[in-house]
Amino acid sequence: MEKPIPLFSPITPAAVSRRRADSFANRAFFMITLIPVALIFIITIALFLRFLPILREHSLWELVSGVTWKPNKGEFGFLPFIAGTFWVTALGVALAVPPCILTALYLSEYARATTRTLMKPLLDLLAAIPSVVYGVWGMLAIVPLVGDVLRPILNRYLGFIPLFASNQPTGFSILAGAIVLAVMIAPFIIAITYEVLATIPQGLRQASLGIGATQWQTIRYVVLPQVLPAIIAGIVLGASRALGETLAVLMVVGNIPQMPNSIFDAGYPLPALIANNYGEMMSIPLYDAALLGAAFILLVIILFFNILSTIVLQRVLK
Amino acid sequence: MNTHIQVNNLNAWYGKQPALKEINIEIPKNQITVIMGPSGCGKTTLLKTFNRFLELNDGAKITGEVLVNGQDIYQPDVDVTEVRKRIGLLAQRPYPLPMSIYDNVAYGMNIHRMKKDRLGYKASVKHYLELAGLWDEVQKRLHEPATGLSIGQQQRLCLARGLAVEPEVILGDEPTSALDPISSQHIEKKLLELKSQYTTVIVTHTLRQAKRLADHVIFMYMGEVVEAGPARNVFTNPQQERTRQYLEGLF
Repeated sequence: MEKPIPLFSPITPAAVSRRRADSFANRAFFMITLIPVALIFIITIALFLRFLPILREHSLWELVSGVTWKPNKGEFGFLPFIAGTFWVTALGVALAVPPCILTALYLSEYARATTRTLMKPLLDLLAAIPSVVYGVWGMLAIVPLVGDVLRPILNRYLGFIPLFASNQPTGFSILAGAIVLAVMIAPFIIAITYEVLATIPQGLRQASLGIGATQWQTIRYVVLPQVLPAIIAGIVLGASRALGETLAVLMVVGNIPQMPNSIFDAGYPLPALIANNYGEMMSIPLYDAALLGAAFILLVIILFFNILSTIVLQRVLK
Repeated sequence: MNTHIQVNNLNAWYGKQPALKEINIEIPKNQITVIMGPSGCGKTTLLKTFNRFLELNDGAKITGEVLVNGQDIYQPDVDVTEVRKRIGLLAQRPYPLPMSIYDNVAYGMNIHRMKKDRLGYKASVKHYLELAGLWDEVQKRLHEPATGLSIGQQQRLCLARGLAVEPEVILGDEPTSALDPISSQHIEKKLLELKSQYTTVIVTHTLRQAKRLADHVIFMYMGEVVEAGPARNVFTNPQQERTRQYLEGLF
């Protein structure tokens, strides 16, 4: 007689409760994962609600295009701060990008494996230095360098260009902020560029080297065109970090609410405005709403750049 | 035999791991030499010593001589880019460059500034696409990205790209292993057509392909050359026990 084929046994109470625990865990972890995501929305919405009181008195356009910041007189022009933010960030990124890309190219394309394993962690270490240390370094080293060396020289030879003209005596300036910022975002730009270069298959490089191209020709015509969008996205990601960097920059940038005309002018970026003033003189009408409005604007700008670059990078790195 | 490449006392290591041991062989001019052997025997490593690709590996070390037309390509005064121009490589998988079909073929000529004007480039691109048997299929889409071609077409494009810099040797590192049977046939047919003009060295692990292509055979095992000679002799009357076993499919 043939042996009967065993059926699957009916589900036991123990299995039912196991299954329940499993689905509970699944849902619980999902909720926990949601918290940080939800926080972004909650913070954005909360900032906007606190921003509303001032929007009832002044239009958004009036605020972001206003150049006068006199809270006592009820004048809340954000433009000097927005301008300060973009000046410092743009200059910082401009200073950081060329050496960072060359560094990443060197590490990825030229360096031997031993050099790479030694240098890469050291560069990553730059990202671990606390902001305040960069700030102190900026005050002690960069501000004097800008004030006593770069400012006189550039002013003398390139002073006819408004960008390099200087009429203030110290080194607390956009340029000092930008230099500190450049060093701070360098490890990110290097790391991202390096990651992106690592996605290029070795065979593609060899296709070019194999017909007698030099290493540089291979980089120039084969490697770089392939990764350019991703590198740009990496730079934007670095820039969005730079936009939000607060402490180190505010220690060296001078913090005068004015429209900068030269890299030697003092600036006052948005994060510095908020960090310096929130919590003080809060009795001034609408001051609270103005500062939180500044925070809201900063957040929106950074989210925009971040999301944009993340989308591009995910496409390349997947 | 008219020798094109002569290898003398060649040894290679990856780190401390020996990959090639005392290789002494000759590659005849304008014939197809097939390097065969089980995987990991050093066939590809040997092939890559001919266009100095081995030194792209970190930690690879080479001693001995590779003479091309009697000149050692490992001498310090030899320009490696010229070696690679004159000794082209058809890789295992096609890697079209991230540019148009036309620019893929023109790339090498451009880099070596081989043509005087646009018309010169145009004529050469056509010539080499024809030589690789691809012209009819791509003549209407020359300026589209090369990545849009099928993998078999891509491999013929890579052949055209390599031929365009006027090499004297074509190396093939299992050049059909990633292709479908029809595309493989295409490539094999092209290699047979081209052998009168180019010295060809093909690495393969399929015995049938070796028999279809080879004029001359090198059989390798564990980093050593076990047997080398005219295909007829090696296939019908191997001198070494190992070769015989390999040909009978024992390993």
